[in-house]
Amino acid sequence: MGNFFDTNAPKFAQILVAIVVFFAVLGIVFFIAGRVNGKKQRPIAIVVFLGPAAVLLLAGLIIPAIQTILFSFENANSNGFVGIQNYSWMIHNPDIHHVLLNTLLWIMFTPTLTTFIGLMLAVLLDRMKRESIAKSLIFMPMAISFVGASIIWKFVYSYAGQGQPQTGLLTAVVRLFGGTGANWILSKPLNTFLLMIIFIWVQTGFAMVILSAAIKGVPADIIEAAALDGSNGWNLFRRITFPMVRSTFIVVLTTQVVVSLKLFDIVRTMTGGNFGTNVLANEMYSQVFVQFDQGRGSALAVTIFLCVTPILIYNARNLRRERQNR
Amino acid sequence: MTTTKLASPSAGRRLFSSKIPAIIVWIITVVWTIPTLGLFVSSFRSKADIYASGWWTVFSHPSFTLTNYQHVLFGGSGASLSGGILPYFMNSVVITIPAVIFPVAIATMAAYALSWIRFKGSDFIFFFIFALQIVPLQMSLVPLLQLFTGGAHLGHFTIVPKLGIAGHFAGIWLPHTMFAMPLAIYLLHNFISSLPKDLMEAAHVDGANHFQVFRQIVLPLSIPALAAFAIFQFLWVWNDLLVALTFASGTEEVAPINVKLASLVGQYGSGWETLTAGAFVTIIVPLIVFFSLQRFFVRGLLAGSVK
Repeated sequence: MGNFFDTNAPKFAQILVAIVVFFAVLGIVFFIAGRVNGKKQRPIAIVVFLGPAAVLLLAGLIIPAIQTILFSFENANSNGFVGIQNYSWMIHNPDIHHVLLNTLLWIMFTPTLTTFIGLMLAVLLDRMKRESIAKSLIFMPMAISFVGASIIWKFVYSYAGQGQPQTGLLTAVVRLFGGTGANWILSKPLNTFLLMIIFIWVQTGFAMVILSAAIKGVPADIIEAAALDGSNGWNLFRRITFPMVRSTFIVVLTTQVVVSLKLFDIVRTMTGGNFGTNVLANEMYSQVFVQFDQGRGSALAVTIFLCVTPILIYNARNLRRERQNR
Repeated sequence: MTTTKLASPSAGRRLFSSKIPAIIVWIITVVWTIPTLGLFVSSFRSKADIYASGWWTVFSHPSFTLTNYQHVLFGGSGASLSGGILPYFMNSVVITIPAVIFPVAIATMAAYALSWIRFKGSDFIFFFIFALQIVPLQMSLVPLLQLFTGGAHLGHFTIVPKLGIAGHFAGIWLPHTMFAMPLAIYLLHNFISSLPKDLMEAAHVDGANHFQVFRQIVLPLSIPALAAFAIFQFLWVWNDLLVALTFASGTEEVAPINVKLASLVGQYGSGWETLTAGAFVTIIVPLIVFFSLQRFFVRGLLAGSVK
């Protein structure tokens, strides 16, 4: 245990120093800036409060994003202009076609399934007593990292070769129904869908919680009025509940599209992008940090950016419209 | 009597309740929980048992051991991780705490400025920051890594010197703080801008300046919102793989447990006895945080998505 202390004490000292210095600097700046009176007080307050965030955003997101766009028109080491070569490589390379196709499959299937299962659960939970245990358990995977989730599911999908005892749950279930089982992770194109299940397993709780809150926000008297008019179950959902939670539904759906576009961890952990499961974000990482080609990697990053942009603009416009209506 | 019954909020809903929704929900709940249960049960089985039979057989033939945890945590002979996973676990703690505190503090300040020290263009800045959520992490990685290792230059002028923080904890705190900004400012702005206006005006009339208002009124009142975002950020940093892979080398000195776990998956010799226990050690902290503070977390999510 002495050894444990020796190796970890310096690490914790770093936290302590970092936090103390951080708040000491803030405290001193606040103290000095607070002394200033009169006309200068307001501009100084703006700079002090907004300055740090502005610097971080500028250095961490705005400038790097511009640089990445420039890198995407340069060579592997970012020291020579190559025009649209990196983009034409993307367009003509069959491996990248496959990556794009997989990414397309991800954004078609995972957001819809996640949101629909989440909506179904939210509706059912609304008609249940003692919903909180079920809700917590379905929501729980949200707290687990994609890496942890991948290991959980890799164990479910594990296959031990013919004649060996099978310890994977999926194989066991398939055998229960008379099938034989297979090396699931290697079977194309099934493996991409098996990876999607992990994503759906993690994200459904998110969709459920958000939609559940929206459903609870539907005024009870509207539902009662409709019920008195003879609407029931499905009709009530279709005519009243769904239209009233529609905007939330779209927000959840689009959020899921964005998350699946940036998906990296599951593919990295489960297959490393092999066996025909590669996606954009993983290929981007491989190009930069395995192939050391910053140009191609940047072009892939820009592609993710271009796919995400219209979705978020759509969401931002909705947000703005709702703010104006308030 | 009938009217009062109908007026209670859930009475109308219960009219349609039956056993069927409950049954469907419970089936899904069981399906959702089984994979985690399998991992948990297996982590307590011996290596031989894990490979000899499915984990569900323990319910008829119970047999448990703590050996996997001992090997995973502390390493030692017979373990596939010679030094154990504990140093990486500590790295995760060291990475996460400042990477939660820094963005929360800086974003709260920015959110206050944008809501209560209104100036020309403050609305525009707010929407611009909101819009920055468009920029995927992937767009920032390479240039930011270059900034950390080589500094920033314009021709022969050095604007930012070589920071030399790549591969140190500071080199992970900083990107996490940067990437958290858009969402943090947006969420906290929603909350802080809805604080009562009279309170601020009264304080200013009493002669308080912005720094006093911020510390004595805004901060104490914003605790629930800060907690909600802090939990959100905690889970995000603890569970992150991409930022850590990029900015922390895979060494015992700085790499977090998630990076180690991901590398174990592909590594020869790390069998299920290591992976199951290792995964459980990794997910236990977020699970504890999640179950004990779920209410705050949900509140944070809702503030971000339902508007």
